[in-house]
Amino acid sequence: MPSRLPVTKTPKVYVGGQFIRSESGRVFPVREGGNKNGSGALLGNIPQCTRKDLRNAVEAAAKAGADWAKRTPYNRGQIIYRLGEMLEARSGEMADAIVLSGAGTKAAATKEVAASVDRLIYYAGWADKYEQVLGNTNPVAGPFFNFTVAEPMGIVGIIADDEAPLLGLISQIAPVIVSGNSCVALASEQYPYPAIVLGEMLATSDLPGGVVNLLTGFRKEMLPTFATHTHIRGISAVVNNSEKKELQLGAADSIKRVRAKVSGGDVDWMADRAQGAYEIRDFIEFKTTWHPIGA
Amino acid sequence: MASPSRSRFGKLFDEIGTVDQVGIDERVAKFTTRSIKKGSKLWGLKTAVTMVDLTTLEGKDTPGKVASLCQKARRPSSDPDVPPVAAVCIYSFLVKYARQWLADTPIKVASVATAFPSGQAPLETRLEEVRMAVGDGADEIDMVINRGLFLAGEFQAVQDEIAAVVEACGDAALKVILEVSELETFDNIRAASFLAMQVIREGDFIKTSTGKASGSATLANNQVMLEAIRDFYLATGKAIGMKPAGGIKNSKMALHFLVAVKETLGDAWLNNSRYRFGASSLLNDLVRAIDKEKSGAYQAPYYYTEAAESY
Repeated sequence: MPSRLPVTKTPKVYVGGQFIRSESGRVFPVREGGNKNGSGALLGNIPQCTRKDLRNAVEAAAKAGADWAKRTPYNRGQIIYRLGEMLEARSGEMADAIVLSGAGTKAAATKEVAASVDRLIYYAGWADKYEQVLGNTNPVAGPFFNFTVAEPMGIVGIIADDEAPLLGLISQIAPVIVSGNSCVALASEQYPYPAIVLGEMLATSDLPGGVVNLLTGFRKEMLPTFATHTHIRGISAVVNNSEKKELQLGAADSIKRVRAKVSGGDVDWMADRAQGAYEIRDFIEFKTTWHPIGA
Repeated sequence: MASPSRSRFGKLFDEIGTVDQVGIDERVAKFTTRSIKKGSKLWGLKTAVTMVDLTTLEGKDTPGKVASLCQKARRPSSDPDVPPVAAVCIYSFLVKYARQWLADTPIKVASVATAFPSGQAPLETRLEEVRMAVGDGADEIDMVINRGLFLAGEFQAVQDEIAAVVEACGDAALKVILEVSELETFDNIRAASFLAMQVIREGDFIKTSTGKASGSATLANNQVMLEAIRDFYLATGKAIGMKPAGGIKNSKMALHFLVAVKETLGDAWLNNSRYRFGASSLLNDLVRAIDKEKSGAYQAPYYYTEAAESY
């Protein structure tokens, strides 16, 4: 029997519900064992996205966002749960992707994928509950109902951690989209491959195209645009101190919210404190309404 | 075998030539590959702003809406560096209000007339509408040709109608809408362009579409008409203007159209007395792109009037 020709996968990023290459046509190689060591076999050529790809992803997020925000919380919860199901069913493939890209051993990768599924299920549960917890009816000294409701901000930019390239990314995405935001996420520069595989799972999860947009590439090229793009309403980032400063300066100009954690291992993604309603609260706006009651 | 209309088209094509469709498609594909950055991009965007015929043609138009449209035409942006547009384009009964709001400006008042967008009304009614719009102070009249007559090969009748409208216009400039999406082929677009150009005056325009039919102003349609203008100019020395309208939604497309003008007709057509964009949402995107070019930061669409309630 003749031997088969190898059929390898072209890594593409998931933007606006489609698998695309960078508009620039540029790619960068990832090697087995991670880019840092750079000696392993070639794993694939990953799209090196540009600020124009980011701009296009923001347009896609804007298009999808309005409908996503109008879905019932129950429906959003179902869809995020479904994403957890997809990841669970393909957990072996995802763990292999993490191992191949050099981000961890097989045992650690298996644990990371399991924790990622659990995190999705956790936030799926919050979908129809966070508003009751974070919103309020407020006592006021007058003939008014006064109540505060939580509303999504719009488009949130995510800059993912290099540590835990899957769990970190999912821990940043899930609390953002659960409340009806859409997001544009820049995957780990060091270990981008798990995000490529995650894109394939997003595509089969009932999540409307454009709600989660994943980019790969160099942080240095895209960070300034994340900071200054006025259509991005908030940033969730795990970055170093100088990157954090750059984000804050750009965000001050474009008036956006920055929630930046400092990278370097002080974020323990496995821990319980890496998840919670406060992560959701970081990217919602509160609207308080005064409603007159009978004179 | 040949029907009378077929032979009339054949005779016309012998006279003015036909269009190489593959050649046109290849040519316009090249226009989208030009790299226009920084200073030249800013120049192109500002030039495009000066060419906009800011348009509202809706059943729900009111004098109030026209007033705010005129305000926007005068100052499209809070940035004083952004120039005013060429004209506002409105229904004929609103001309008198626009005239009032644009009294002290060089911005023209353009009115669609002749039973826009179908053109299906008795000639006398259409001419009367033109006369009334001009009487109310319209500087420019946008007319639609009778596509039914054209497709039936009644060229003389088509030209007679256009000539009658030219006469009714008096001093007002005329823009002849061919409604290219109803003409079916590039050859027909070229033929209709020539028929119109033969009876209008220097300084008048030919225009792609009403904006009410789908598939209107594409680069290819634009190119066919630009080449017709070029060939007509070389043959007669009469310079006719061009106005693509309908479907030009963003600044990138506008720059592609300007490239087409530059490379087909040259600098003499790169101004608003010979080239216009008929558009309602284009202006917002041009201003947005200018702001991006100047500040370096991408701007959210809801900072601009049209998309005020968008996500």
